Amino acid sequence: MKTLFSDLYKKLNTGFWPILIVFAFLVVGSISVYLSPRSLSAFLILITTPLILYFMKINMKIKIFIGLLLIIVILPVLGIRNIFYLEVIFQMAVFAALALGLNIVVGMAGLLDLGYVAFYAVGAYAWAIFGSKQMSLLHSIPGAAPANAPFFLDPRWFWLFIFLGVGLAAFTGILLGLPVLRVKGDYLAIVTLGFGEVVRVLALNLDKPINLTNGPQGITPIQRPPLPPEAVMQVFRNLLTPLVGHPPTDAEFYNVFFYFLALVIIAIAILVATRLEDSRIGRAWTAIREDETAAIAMGIPLVKMKLAAFAAGASFAGAVGALYAANRTFVSPETFSFLQSIGVLTMVILGGLGSIPGVIFGAAAVVLLNIQVLQNFSLYLSELRQSDAVIPIINFAWKNLSNQLDPAKYQKLVFGIILVLMMIFRPSGLIPAERRKRELVEDKE
Amino acid sequence: MNKRLLALLSVLVIASMALAACGTTAATEEAAGAVTIKIATQSPLSGGQSLLGVAIKQGAELALEQLGGDLTGMGYDVQLAPYDDQATPDVGVANAKNIVADTDILCGVGHLNSGVMIPSSEEYHTAGLAFVSPANTNPVVTTRGYLEVNRVVGRDDVQAPAAEEYAFTTLGAKSVYIIHDKTAYGQGVAEFFKAAAEEDGMEVLGFEGTEETANFDAIVTPLIASNPDVVFFAGIYNQAGVFFKQARDAGYEGTFLGTDGMDSSDLADIAGDALTSGGGMAYTTVAGPVSAYPKAAKFVEDYTAKFGAAPEAYAAQGYDSMGVCLAAIMAAAEAAGGKPTRAQVAEAVRAVSYDGLTSTITFDEIGDLPTAKYFIIKVNATSKDTWSTNEIIDSFDLPSPGKGE
Amino acid sequence: MKQFAASPVYKFFLFPIGQIIMFALGSSVGLSLITVLLAYVFKFNVTNFDLVERSLLILPQVVINGLTIGFVYSTIALGYTMVYGVLEFINFAHSEIFMVGGIVGVQLIAYFEHLGILATLNQYLVIALAIILAIIISGSLAVTVERVAYKPLRGAPKLVPLISAIGMSFFLQDAVRLILSLTTGEFNVILPQFGTFDEFLLVALPGMADPLRIQIKSVIIVGIAVLMLVVLNFLVNGTKVGKAIRAVAQDRPSASLMGINVSQIISITFLVGGALGGAAGVLFALKATKLDPFVGFFPGLKAFTSAVLGGIGNLTGALLGGLVLGLLESFAASYLSIFTNGAFGAEYKDIFAFAILIVVLIFRPSGLLGETVGQKA
Repeated sequence: MKTLFSDLYKKLNTGFWPILIVFAFLVVGSISVYLSPRSLSAFLILITTPLILYFMKINMKIKIFIGLLLIIVILPVLGIRNIFYLEVIFQMAVFAALALGLNIVVGMAGLLDLGYVAFYAVGAYAWAIFGSKQMSLLHSIPGAAPANAPFFLDPRWFWLFIFLGVGLAAFTGILLGLPVLRVKGDYLAIVTLGFGEVVRVLALNLDKPINLTNGPQGITPIQRPPLPPEAVMQVFRNLLTPLVGHPPTDAEFYNVFFYFLALVIIAIAILVATRLEDSRIGRAWTAIREDETAAIAMGIPLVKMKLAAFAAGASFAGAVGALYAANRTFVSPETFSFLQSIGVLTMVILGGLGSIPGVIFGAAAVVLLNIQVLQNFSLYLSELRQSDAVIPIINFAWKNLSNQLDPAKYQKLVFGIILVLMMIFRPSGLIPAERRKRELVEDKE
Repeated sequence: MNKRLLALLSVLVIASMALAACGTTAATEEAAGAVTIKIATQSPLSGGQSLLGVAIKQGAELALEQLGGDLTGMGYDVQLAPYDDQATPDVGVANAKNIVADTDILCGVGHLNSGVMIPSSEEYHTAGLAFVSPANTNPVVTTRGYLEVNRVVGRDDVQAPAAEEYAFTTLGAKSVYIIHDKTAYGQGVAEFFKAAAEEDGMEVLGFEGTEETANFDAIVTPLIASNPDVVFFAGIYNQAGVFFKQARDAGYEGTFLGTDGMDSSDLADIAGDALTSGGGMAYTTVAGPVSAYPKAAKFVEDYTAKFGAAPEAYAAQGYDSMGVCLAAIMAAAEAAGGKPTRAQVAEAVRAVSYDGLTSTITFDEIGDLPTAKYFIIKVNATSKDTWSTNEIIDSFDLPSPGKGE
Repeated sequence: MKQFAASPVYKFFLFPIGQIIMFALGSSVGLSLITVLLAYVFKFNVTNFDLVERSLLILPQVVINGLTIGFVYSTIALGYTMVYGVLEFINFAHSEIFMVGGIVGVQLIAYFEHLGILATLNQYLVIALAIILAIIISGSLAVTVERVAYKPLRGAPKLVPLISAIGMSFFLQDAVRLILSLTTGEFNVILPQFGTFDEFLLVALPGMADPLRIQIKSVIIVGIAVLMLVVLNFLVNGTKVGKAIRAVAQDRPSASLMGINVSQIISITFLVGGALGGAAGVLFALKATKLDPFVGFFPGLKAFTSAVLGGIGNLTGALLGGLVLGLLESFAASYLSIFTNGAFGAEYKDIFAFAILIVVLIFRPSGLLGETVGQKA
């Protein structure tokens, strides 16, 4: 069985086959999504295309061309026809950036951080507080704010706040790191977990004595950066109208806008992560991860390097946090729960600790599973329950199926099983890091 | 090894895709005979608040079944699309994007939690999709003035002062201890109650928010020491029940006062006789027990027959919200002479005059009921089975305060 | 005298109980003094109350609350610390073992009520039965979890079993929810009312107008917890198995060379830790009266914090850590609002524990009673 597939893989990955397969996926995917914008399976075909592209042996230039075609032309056009897809891809990008950041801390430096989402919160609340009316409401009771309060900053400040988010999160990372990096690995896990809770509880409670975060009510509305000037928009509108079928509205353009913004951030994140991995710092992190004592003996400044890992990892989350706040126009403490931290960790583990393509794949897979596959499956079950259909062989009416058996309700169950099984059978992840792979092979010999 | 796995993975994906693609095309062809109209519901179907969320969904489901006939008669295939917001804003917004992307969905019913409704309704607003809320009482839901957002219940800034009025005038309370559950809903009500109490000169001995669900010692101890006449808890039954029980056990003898989040028979199971001993327990609500609505007797019967349990709070409101949606779609379809657009439906919802179970529903210019009904209910139940013995002490029709400043 | 110190009665009964009393008294008195001192420092009038007077009024009750929850934390913390002592790994799923114990115990009591015999049975017998059942189920569950999710990972890098444990914890939460919702339609588990636990013992204190009210429940919780601690102390320090456990904790390879079945000892460690967790679950259920599948998370986290606070791997440390944390939390939650005049309140209770943890770790990186282990991690 195994050889069959590897033979098949080899055969399919030589000659003109790869390009044919990629094109087949691209064309079939695009056409089916275009024709039936609501179909999950059509979207799944399209969204697997980049993965196939990544693994097929094709000339690099052609690869990049196909990738760009997909990202810049096909996805936005199809996305305007069904903005939910843009939302899915946006979330994939957001979580991929988070996973890349956490990967630096956990995967590269080997420091387990269970409160990573705290840095995400720092970035999000930074823009939320200054990009909304909150600064003028510091002394009003949450929920009873006057409606006519002015916005504090012009929406164009958002661009600055992406960078401020990076800085603030990195600063918070160092602040947390300074006291706790002295403690041993296991203690670190629990301290970071505690820190994640501290940030969430602060966000929840800092509505008194000064109403900084508006407490559980959350902050809304948060401003979005303005779209390009009307002249530019008109060009896009004319260009897209025949492709989409109707003149796209501003709301639809905002979805595309955030999609591209997220892509830019993820591109920068990938670039930074790759450069870091191959740098002197990256090698120092690996040394620390593998053997702290030996690393010290080699003259690696331990605390400095650990702090650098914390700061670098946190900074990714800070940028994404600001992006998230602007996209949602709403933040509330519930978003930054422990579950979210574990969710990001699951992505990193699933994809492959320390592997950059791996964690991106992990993030995409988990997001897809979470907000699309499980939800769709639940909807499908609910349809079946409303119908008179019967499971043929055992003669069981769908109507009698318990309401409790809803896959979307049991995300934790699915995550839990994924984590345990991955650890037992494939601890290096689905797309393992090259370095780890080498280690694993050596272990076996 | 890894490449092999990938090959396996992609083969599997392709195979399942092919199958699924066949499936979907078959399904669309099948339904091609009739024009499909979907109505979405969004409420927590899982998690601690699922009892109320499921009631909303089932109420809507029943309404669709009973009242959808007219639209079916016009040649439309009307379907329910239930979504689970898990009582979390993130899931709510993601679902909202999914809902607005489905062009067959013309109207929606939801949510249970104001904290989820407020961000999600930004999506409905930009997409022009009308939503009718069966349960959200936070004023902000409508004071933003969106055409697409309506509700068939009252508001917290009326409910909380009504509760305060009851405590101050009827019970003659001089001091109060306010506790809330640190959610957008609970904190909102608590703040309104506090403002009203301070205005009347009632002494506010404490104002605490807590996420604790099991061990309330740390709140109960200072509470008992300050011995307030009334304890006002703004929150949801599964947390409040435990608190009431522990406070009573620790020796508090005064009256507990709650909000519409207490309106669930589970409260009696959790708190037991803590609800009836001492000063007892009462709550205000915007959704009275179904017995309060003369027209609802048949609804209770049908609901119980279909779902095997008596309707919980908000089931009747879910039914009415769906009724409003259906009536509006009918009106819009007749005016447009075909399948209406979302904008037409949203206009029709705002203009509706619908004779529902709970009242004759019309909306003012921001989507509130011009006058809504508020109830004060005294709990006589000490277990789930006796929940229906609770009595309505008072009910009033109060006008909506409108948009505010 | 020396002979007495070596006698089993002293070693396994008087000494541990004395130690427990000393820890409890020491930390209560210490915190109370700090509180009174603070009250004098901030001595402003809170409405018509003097701050000192108001603080003293609730002080005894705050101490009792803190001790009650502190003993529950200690009992859970021992489970974490035992496993850590032997395997050097955080058993993240322990909080779910605790939750399962509580739910099983409550379900048994609810079943008695369903049979209609709850009122006729002796109330202490009911609790004893519930605890025994919880011990059996939780103990075997802990061993099963170890076999399934941790044993295959022995020898892997440290991160691997830890993540597996997190996965197991998630899996157990939802699995219990699934089972409960399929069988009963909902997942809140409610303790039926029975017996006289909610009543109070009145203890007249000299110098105080009102007698001190101690809930019978609290006495039972503390009593059972102390009993479990004493039994554990005997098990670890007085039996052959205990010796083997200590040997494995100290040096696994050497212990194995000495003919100790390491695998079996690890299972026993999980069994004992799980049993303690299950018993603690029932005690917690007595206090909370309503449980759900997610109830384990916070007590588990606090217990783990206690274990780290006391010095993880050290049994006495876990006991001390639990008591200190329970008391601190109780004090913080009750007094924060009074001292800051409402600006901060009980909502900071949970993060207070973590703040303390971070501060302690800065000054004593291996906890209050932990030895400084060199480059072991």
